[in-house]
Amino acid sequence: MSKSIDLTLKVWRQAGPKDKGHFETLRAQNISTEMSFLEMLDVVNDQLTLDGKEPIAFDSDCREGICGMCGAVINGRPHGPLKATTLCQLHMRHFNSGDVIAIEPFRAMAFKVIKDLVIDRSAFDQIIQAGGFVSVNTGGAPDANAVPIAQDQVESAMDAAQCISCGACVAACPNASAMLFVSANVSHLALLPQGQPEAARRAIAMVREMDRQGFGNCSNETECEAECPKSISISNIARLNRQFYRASLASSVK
Amino acid sequence: MLLDGKIPAGPLAEKWDRHRFELKLVNPANKRKFDIIVVGTGLGGGSAAASLAEMGYNVKAFCFQDSPRRAHSIAAQGGINAAKNYPNDGDSIRRLFYDTIKGGDFRAREANVYRLAQVSNAIIDHCVAQGIPFAREYGGLLANRSFGGAQVSRTFYARGQTGQQLLLGAYRSLMRQVAAGKVQMFARREMLDVVLVNGHAKGIVVRNLITGQLERYAADAVVLATGGYGNAFFLSTNAMGSNVTAAYRAYMKGALFANPCFTQIHPTCIPVHGDYQSKLTLMSESLRNDGRVWVPKNPGDKRPANQIPESERDYYLERKYPSFGNLVPRDVASRNAKAQCDEGKGVGDTALAVYLDFADAIKRDGRDTIARKYGNLFEMYDKITGENPYTTPMMIYPAVHYTMGGLWVDYNLMSNIPGLFVLGEANFSDHGANRLGASALMQGLADGYFVLPYTIGGYLVGSPKETLSTSKAPFEEAERGVQARIDKLMAVQGKRTVDDFHRQLGLILWDHCGMSRNNAGLEKARGMVQELRAEFWQNVKVPGTTADLNQSLERAGRVADFLEFAELLLIDALHRQESCGGHFNEAYQTPENEALRNDEEYCHVAAWEYKGIGQDPEFHKEPLTFENVQLTQRSYK
Repeated sequence: MSKSIDLTLKVWRQAGPKDKGHFETLRAQNISTEMSFLEMLDVVNDQLTLDGKEPIAFDSDCREGICGMCGAVINGRPHGPLKATTLCQLHMRHFNSGDVIAIEPFRAMAFKVIKDLVIDRSAFDQIIQAGGFVSVNTGGAPDANAVPIAQDQVESAMDAAQCISCGACVAACPNASAMLFVSANVSHLALLPQGQPEAARRAIAMVREMDRQGFGNCSNETECEAECPKSISISNIARLNRQFYRASLASSVK
Repeated sequence: MLLDGKIPAGPLAEKWDRHRFELKLVNPANKRKFDIIVVGTGLGGGSAAASLAEMGYNVKAFCFQDSPRRAHSIAAQGGINAAKNYPNDGDSIRRLFYDTIKGGDFRAREANVYRLAQVSNAIIDHCVAQGIPFAREYGGLLANRSFGGAQVSRTFYARGQTGQQLLLGAYRSLMRQVAAGKVQMFARREMLDVVLVNGHAKGIVVRNLITGQLERYAADAVVLATGGYGNAFFLSTNAMGSNVTAAYRAYMKGALFANPCFTQIHPTCIPVHGDYQSKLTLMSESLRNDGRVWVPKNPGDKRPANQIPESERDYYLERKYPSFGNLVPRDVASRNAKAQCDEGKGVGDTALAVYLDFADAIKRDGRDTIARKYGNLFEMYDKITGENPYTTPMMIYPAVHYTMGGLWVDYNLMSNIPGLFVLGEANFSDHGANRLGASALMQGLADGYFVLPYTIGGYLVGSPKETLSTSKAPFEEAERGVQARIDKLMAVQGKRTVDDFHRQLGLILWDHCGMSRNNAGLEKARGMVQELRAEFWQNVKVPGTTADLNQSLERAGRVADFLEFAELLLIDALHRQESCGGHFNEAYQTPENEALRNDEEYCHVAAWEYKGIGQDPEFHKEPLTFENVQLTQRSYK
């Protein structure tokens, strides 16, 4: 059953990448517990607009937890307190009247703040550009059933392929490492025969690009796995490390 | 004026092959001399941009999201159809073609739909080669399931995230071409006008959503793959940013808009629960394979589902449609849900919902099997509603989901503006009056991977090569127009927010132009939209400035376009004095309350030409001729 709650928000406000930024305290009143977190922010924004103030800038698009556009750190946790849940799928029934909620952008050197909670994640696109694909052109593919793939193999690939590229793993990591993201992408393709020919090149190129983009190194803190809204496993990082070392030592890829 | 769809001559099955042969080719060495703009990076735009770049063209790709990987194709759940006939259950290209034509209630072009069925198999091959992790059987071969309205199993899927996986496949191909220097990617850009030079589409004006600057881009052809207009209804299963702006701007420049009244209301969505609601969430209709739809037999029965005995439940779809049962097409399922609720049999707090019950399936197949098939959907439902579908029946209600109408295109996917191509949901071409499940992914990828890359060459070879320059007068004029409109929006400084207007517009359309329509309501709604639009320009409040990220301003521009477009939608619905597919006019129904077509007078595409804001658009007709199928009354009994 729905009920109404009143909240105090401490929201990160930052006019632009060069602005220092600060927390602003805002009230969110008469919030229905059936609302999603972002719908709560919509309501706050409508009020700010009517009061002649600037609404809070935040990204969101599908609001079904699949596009990866939304995300913020809620009371210190990327996407908020619920396990395996994006911010758009977090509902206000998980909060109580009187709660104080701190809302900040995902922070990392490689993710510049554009405005308020909106960040620049183009570094992720550049990591994919470095090699996160299978090099096939449209038109030349063999019949889809030509290569059988074991069911459990494809299921493992799918587990990794679910990454929504939101950046929560980076925000959760004390080193702001993107290893979970990179390893999910590397693993997905490495687990399928179609990804094999380029597996070595891919692992090396993507890890190098991650470094170049200013992400930190992995030191097995495992916070990424805990906060990942798609429950991507850190076993992918182990697989990436194996791929990376094998490729560095044994393949001709430089 | 009669429109020419440029359908190639010859027998249906040979048209595409013959057409490809007759199209002039661009010499491989010359492809690098052509620049192509692709707006939108979903399944249609992403696959087109990647394929064109692979062929050697220079591509500039644009999206309003922060990355091309976020386009709303990503949210498609259920699957993608193809005529592979892997399950050996009698499928064929012809059957897929026929099902799609019939499902569309005989309001699509035969030749386009047949081509769609023909290229469907190549899509699956290509996607597997890209590393799409489609579900597989124990033997390692691809798994198929049957999907809304089909009696064969032809749907390929990757759990409940097929759209995500297919989109990421196109995205990875696109990123590969960015790395190769063949695609320049422009994210966080919104297209606000298309630029015509000597009557040909030769560029666009976009707003850089970060800096607020207007930017001009020139090319030899422009491809729009900007999705559908479902958000005209405010509440829909579309993403928050999905909009009609690019298509509507093209319409204002002379592109014809076809069949806008063909909107699809999806039967299985999570019901509305409050005024603050920002969107509706689809539950894949694959759920209807195992879930049973029911309502209490007695109106006003407020007992919880588990206290209503079997004898007092009405499994109305199974009762009315014994052969298709819960798998009737979307429009039929949606209208029936509404009819039950109109009779007072709706369930839940709002009485605007019906049950979708998995108790029998769990008893029959076991909880594990059901979890494997639908686990992620059940979880999503639980997250949103706080209820567990393993123990309590889901509550569902129809919601606006997909729009079959769109910019008019010929067989080459080119609009009536030379050089302006339109792909995917943004065009009108393949789904007629109703789209079947798992066909949107098929069409988007067919257009982008396998149709446009051929047909655009025919245009490029056959039209005069202009020097590319954005300093020409038409670019300046277009940019001035865009700037003036932005300034006008900022200048109002009224008392109502953008969302407030949008919500009101949505309610008008939902009440009068939703699942069932009548002439009086449509007329009334047109007046209401005109009034609301007038108030919008007097009383909307857009905060902030134009010189940086301003999400309110972005929304204001989109809602301003929806307010004009909504009238076109109503005009088209009034024009079509018949019921077919997603367009149900109460005056035209069979004794069993099914849609009653009027093939004598309305077996045509209605394409509209812009004549000014508030002016009646000019009607153009493309007659639909059916040489290979018999027009029948759809029956799913």
